[in-house]
Amino acid sequence: MLIGALLLQLGYNATLVAIGATLLGISAGVTGTFLFLRKRALVSDAISHATLPGVCIAFILMASFGGDGRNLIGLLLGSAASASAGLWCLNWLTRNTRLAEDAAIGSVLSVFFGFGIVLLTVIQTLGVGRQAGLEGFLLGSTAGMLWTDALVIAIGGAVTLLLILLIRRPMTLVAFDPEYAAARGLPVSKIDMAMMGLVMAVTVVGLKIVGLILIVALLIIPAVTARFWTERSDYVVLLAGLAGGLSAYVGAAMSASAPNLPTGPIIVLMSFALFLISLLFAPNRGVLAAVLRHFKFQRRVHLRQGLLALAQGQPIYEKLTLRLLRNGGLVRADGVATDKGKARAAKALRDERRWAVVRRDQAHEAAAALYDGLRQIETVLTQDQIVEVDRQIGGPKEVLA
Amino acid sequence: MMLDLASANGQVSQKQGLEESPLAIRGLTVSYGQKPAVFSVDMTVEAGKMTAIIGPNGAGKSTMLKAALGIVPPVSGQIQVFGKPLDAQRARIAYVPQRASVDWDFPTRVIDVVLMGLYRELGLLGRLRGDHKVKAMDCLDRVGMGDFATRQIGQLSGGQQQRVFLARALAQGADLYLLDEPFAGVDAATEKAIISVLKALREAGKTVVVVHHDLATVADYFDNVFLINTTKVAEGTVAEAFTADTLQAAYGGRLATAQVDQLALALG
Repeated sequence: MLIGALLLQLGYNATLVAIGATLLGISAGVTGTFLFLRKRALVSDAISHATLPGVCIAFILMASFGGDGRNLIGLLLGSAASASAGLWCLNWLTRNTRLAEDAAIGSVLSVFFGFGIVLLTVIQTLGVGRQAGLEGFLLGSTAGMLWTDALVIAIGGAVTLLLILLIRRPMTLVAFDPEYAAARGLPVSKIDMAMMGLVMAVTVVGLKIVGLILIVALLIIPAVTARFWTERSDYVVLLAGLAGGLSAYVGAAMSASAPNLPTGPIIVLMSFALFLISLLFAPNRGVLAAVLRHFKFQRRVHLRQGLLALAQGQPIYEKLTLRLLRNGGLVRADGVATDKGKARAAKALRDERRWAVVRRDQAHEAAAALYDGLRQIETVLTQDQIVEVDRQIGGPKEVLA
Repeated sequence: MMLDLASANGQVSQKQGLEESPLAIRGLTVSYGQKPAVFSVDMTVEAGKMTAIIGPNGAGKSTMLKAALGIVPPVSGQIQVFGKPLDAQRARIAYVPQRASVDWDFPTRVIDVVLMGLYRELGLLGRLRGDHKVKAMDCLDRVGMGDFATRQIGQLSGGQQQRVFLARALAQGADLYLLDEPFAGVDAATEKAIISVLKALREAGKTVVVVHHDLATVADYFDNVFLINTTKVAEGTVAEAFTADTLQAAYGGRLATAQVDQLALALG
């Protein structure tokens, strides 16, 4: 079943949903990355919740003028209008009051959403025909998706992607260093507004598939996922688009493969699965890599301390240190240093003395700054410099027994 | 005493007409809330020289610079850059912000930061070409950071980050360089690298303005001094404006008398 769904063989509706969802996933991932880089991820949550009153008002207007209350374009225009109103309130609050952005987001989000729910309830009691579908905008509903719906999503997603391509450079510059961008004469607040406008477009387009409550996941999770794998913002954008598209495609296919699996939430879970894999297994920033790095570092510290203790004839109590020394063939089972151990210990102590000379000498300031107890002196000084340092120490000394 | 100096320096700055001055500020007031951080300040930067903006903490040094660049909106005042309004001259100004003003965990490499300096050349859709990269690498080499081009910026030390910011400014190929505390918290090697780059810029006829905090190096590094403590205290050459009296006027009790004497001694 799933294979069939992945190959788009589960019928017309499932295919439409899968294609629409994939396009939405890509554009949401790409758009969300800029939001994430600008550290304004939560604004998208306020924007999406602020769409609900607009959807309801548009429905009421269209129905009361005798039209089809569920015309998707009409509903989306309504949602865009109220999302803009929400965004405007958010900006006004942060700019003109002492409210911090997080508090402003909380206020706007809850008030708009509350108002929307009231309107939704009113519509249900009005008894206007075919109103039941509006709740679908909360969590998305793909069951009755039409060709035109898919077309709206596809065009909306493509236009958004195109616009992002157009202003990606100024958006990156503003996200990294807004002051510098302003100093170069970039219209920072307009660029921010454009970014929010794009987020709004994605949100509105995604209402039908994932719904307004979960769209924030599609905007943010792919960017966070991508960040684990690369240190370049352009690659983060690409990977986020890929992650968003992939999770939307697989999620849509999965939900089509069995009855009663909601599309939007499954897509979000797929996206989370990719995030989890990245969190654990990403090469540099992943948890596993960090744990391994820490253990490796800890062993270096213990080995170094053990060698210095050996050289100075101090007793070693730490079990890990002893084990490392034994495993390296540096001490015997009874804790006495082997020949190899003695040599390494003598070298360690000698390097400490060399470092002491280097750190006292103003001329070696840059090198001395690199001292951390672990760094090999050979990686900092040239062979000639080390010879010179050794001359200052005054020839080889007896290693303490 | 203070007033005498101010008028004397006023005459010095009058020698150079406003038209040629790389940066002329008139009646600038900037405030955060109801409290002016900078009040009614005039400044005329001399072309082809290195000028230090000096004053105690919270005296409005950085704020003045940011207002001059339009980053912070002023309450009142006029800014002229090379005799024209600021916005017409953006391409001729390079700004080096404080290091702490950005998130260094941002996913970008050293070379990408420098390429941001070429933003105007690249435009919205222009493709990044080989010669852009060559130019960026050249700027990195000038600040001694050529070997770090492909590092993630978060892996750099504070001083190295500061040099990358300077390289980005160099890439712009501007005529006026404004730096906000470039020597704050950097290592000696970086300070040396930065000052030699700035001096080379001056040799090439560029104008450099630096917000500076280390009084001990002022006479070594700079030609001119602008002393500020919310209002202008003194302006002119180091010999004219950087004296025990003007420092006392700017810093008040915040500078120990011994320090002032020491500086006066150093200045001769």
